[in-house]
Amino acid sequence: MTQLDFYTILPLTVLTVWACVLLLADLFIPKDRKGITAFLSALGLAVTLGLTITQVGHENTGFNNMVVVDGFAAFINILLLASGLLGIALAYGYIKRMGLERGEYYILMLFSIVGMMLMAQASDLIIVFLALELLSIPLYVLAAFARPNLQSEEAGVKYFLLGAFSTGFVVYGIALIYGATGTTSLSGIFFAASNGTSSLLLTIGAALLLVGFGFKVAAVPFHMWTPDVYQGSPTAVTAFMSSGAKIAGFAALLRVFATAFPSIAVDITPILWVLAALTMIVGNISAISQTNIKRMLAYSSIAHAGYILMAFVPYGNKEVLPISIAAGLFYLVSYAVTNFGAWSVVIALEKAEGKGLEISDFAGLARKYPALAIAMTVFMLSFIGFPPTLGLVGKFYLFRAVIAGGYTGLAIIGGMTSLVSAYYYLRVVVNMYMHEGDPTIESEEWLNFTIATTAIVTVALSFVPQWLFVMASTAVLRLF
Amino acid sequence: MKFLFEPLTLLTFFPLLGVIVLLFMNSEAKTAIRWVAMVTSLLTFGISLWVLSQFNASNPDLQLVAKYSWINVAGWNIYYYLAVDGLSILLVLLTAFLTPISLLSTWTAVEERVKDFMIFFLLLEVGMMGVFLAQDLFMFYVFWEFTLVPMYFLIGLWGGPRRIYAAVKFFLYTMAGSILMLVAILWLGIYGNTFSVPDLIAKGSIPAGIQWWLFLAFTAAFAIKVPMWPLHSWLPDAHVEAPTAGSVILAGVLLKMGTYGFLRFNIPLFPEATVKAAPWIALFATIGIIYGAAVSYAQKDVKKLVAYSSVSHLGFVMLGMFALNVQGVSGAILQMINHGLSTGALFLLIGMVYEQTHTREIKVYGGLWKVMPIFGTIMLIASLSSMGLPGLNGFVGEFTILLGAFGSKAIGNPWYAGISAIGVIMAAVYILYMFQKMFLGPAGEITQHHQLKDLNWREILTVTPLLILMFWIGLYPAPFFNLIAPAVEKLISALPL
Repeated sequence: MTQLDFYTILPLTVLTVWACVLLLADLFIPKDRKGITAFLSALGLAVTLGLTITQVGHENTGFNNMVVVDGFAAFINILLLASGLLGIALAYGYIKRMGLERGEYYILMLFSIVGMMLMAQASDLIIVFLALELLSIPLYVLAAFARPNLQSEEAGVKYFLLGAFSTGFVVYGIALIYGATGTTSLSGIFFAASNGTSSLLLTIGAALLLVGFGFKVAAVPFHMWTPDVYQGSPTAVTAFMSSGAKIAGFAALLRVFATAFPSIAVDITPILWVLAALTMIVGNISAISQTNIKRMLAYSSIAHAGYILMAFVPYGNKEVLPISIAAGLFYLVSYAVTNFGAWSVVIALEKAEGKGLEISDFAGLARKYPALAIAMTVFMLSFIGFPPTLGLVGKFYLFRAVIAGGYTGLAIIGGMTSLVSAYYYLRVVVNMYMHEGDPTIESEEWLNFTIATTAIVTVALSFVPQWLFVMASTAVLRLF
Repeated sequence: MKFLFEPLTLLTFFPLLGVIVLLFMNSEAKTAIRWVAMVTSLLTFGISLWVLSQFNASNPDLQLVAKYSWINVAGWNIYYYLAVDGLSILLVLLTAFLTPISLLSTWTAVEERVKDFMIFFLLLEVGMMGVFLAQDLFMFYVFWEFTLVPMYFLIGLWGGPRRIYAAVKFFLYTMAGSILMLVAILWLGIYGNTFSVPDLIAKGSIPAGIQWWLFLAFTAAFAIKVPMWPLHSWLPDAHVEAPTAGSVILAGVLLKMGTYGFLRFNIPLFPEATVKAAPWIALFATIGIIYGAAVSYAQKDVKKLVAYSSVSHLGFVMLGMFALNVQGVSGAILQMINHGLSTGALFLLIGMVYEQTHTREIKVYGGLWKVMPIFGTIMLIASLSSMGLPGLNGFVGEFTILLGAFGSKAIGNPWYAGISAIGVIMAAVYILYMFQKMFLGPAGEITQHHQLKDLNWREILTVTPLLILMFWIGLYPAPFFNLIAPAVEKLISALPL
């Protein structure tokens, strides 16, 4: 292991070691002062964030080309670490209030984030697999964190079983790809594939990988677990999971398909097209009939996976690829910010034993807590893709990339499904503003902080999105 | 930061200052809140007059241009681009003019959540101004969509019994069209490597096949907004359920965003498709004129009657615009203003009597003129203006439009104009029918049992500016035509006719 090898995984190492230390230290932190663990975990994330930022602009590979540091990885990692910080902020009061306050909550989050970050840096399928497991297993535990609550346990088991199932697909896909090309390194696969080695095996392998990741990012038809798991898990976990796991899953998909499989794009593109269209259509239409806000947001997260998938469709087109991947990254940011905000509002309204989670429980919120209602409106508008929010800029960017790739039909489907989504997102707004009710909220400093930050970012960034554009497009500059 | 000191930036975003002040006010201080909103909108109107004084009527090009690079990465070339020309100057003035009038009409009508109401109203003004001034497609789209949000709340929060249904329908219907326009905008942005409309026009003609699709996509958005038959079904719901001030702005300005869109984008960007589509648009416009008038006559609810009359009147605007000659288009632009004035006045007046009686059913009124003579007189003027009596504004607009449509090469068939002329007569029928049922004859249920008060000084003050303009345009329209003529000539001369 050379110094350079170590440098490529420096932030990961720091975070892993920190998490292990915390695991021990947590034993000595008294039960009623678990806030210290939260603080220390956040500190670890912040330090890692600092280290990751110093890596911006550097390009390195380590461990025989298995792990890379590049703009893309740095971009995703920064996003993940920021998500982690938000995840801790919104969980802090919530798990205390729900009687779930145990130190390992935060530590499991840290481990999961390590896995996600490794996913973004992986340039070998073996590492992709390793990262996938590392990010998933803590999430299974977190999903069941509210034990002995039946719903939460069910969520954990369901997530675990389907997760294991999907991992099977990934491993099988990797095996087939290895069989076809004789290597698991992404650049190796690229060279082998462009030299014309048996492409049927490779295509099937790639398709299986797509299935496996389809489960992780909740793309239709691999989405069945999502509503149940998102509903059953403690809401703070859901918020983190629906952003973090999705970001990591898409990071892996983007890197693997863009760097290893351009040669089989002809076969894969139609599959991606159908997958994206189906995900948008099914996600949005199923969300309409939901009355529970958690389920609705779960379907909405499925729908947004569809939008992000659109960014992959033109991946075989060398000219459009950088734009479309940058658009995908941009959309991930806008989705993550909005998503955290929306879930935080849900957390603010949630009562013990899963009360306060119906959409009708939002009735009258605007009169009693106008600031909270405005924030939620901002998030809903951003999900729809309406000005003045980041969601609009994200969709604009994304649709533009798709049209530039020549898939105008897909963009129209995307637009029309956004219209459908407007119906159910507006229902939340209708409830908050136009129905009478007497909701009560739990007001916690850190939760309010999360809501305020994400709402302000959602609006403000829509006026000055340039620097995020620049970051996203420089991030993908050297990817190919 | 230089863009902040442009006159048009000031005009567009000035109401935001009022919004910021309002945010920090105690929501119980209703009178103070009303005054802040009122003063803000009056100052905005003042700024718009100042812009008018800076406007050179003989120049057909965009003026007071504020063009700054906004999002300029990865080939986006999005500009912060505001400018005004003869096509938009009157609409800008109309927006700034109708907002304080609408606010004045809410003085006693809106008692609930006054602060929120004023904030939404001023935000709406920002959106409308932006729509009329933006010359960059991205910016235009942002403003265009943004206007939906405050209007959605205005209908949904202060509207009638079916307000939620109406608000959601308004939102979704309008958004459906905008989505297709968005796809077309993106296509244009990629094709021309810029979103700036003048640059796109200067780039020259788009291949005919694709031009047709783009034209249709833009038409989807604008035709719903106008609304053209058969896409009008959101309009009666939105109009009837909206609070008075909302109806006034909806009819007066928001619908004009659709017709303005045709003028600003469809005609210059897709000239071949425009010429090809002219007979079809004329057909739909004619159907709209007749259909709107016929349905108006059948209404029992007076607000619905006026709403359907909008479908008919905007049919005239579309007919004149797609006559694609100077008379037709100038008439159409003037008629947009006329419709804003006369329908705005009608909605205001209906709102005033509704505030007292809480019913809009025509048959329960009757003999109102005896009880409320001032109200009756003003209503008569507004009605006559709406049906196009010579000497009032409606006549000038409709006459010019029909003149243009008769001689139009693009429509190529004088029958459309001929049939549309029947629409003028039908307008007289339904308007006079309404007037007769409500104001003449024996006193109806409401008139007998309610202690109806005639208009007070505030209500008279609200409608007086509208009446003055009705007479002014009706008797001496030249200054208005002078403002629009050069820009219209330029627009027409670029068409392949």
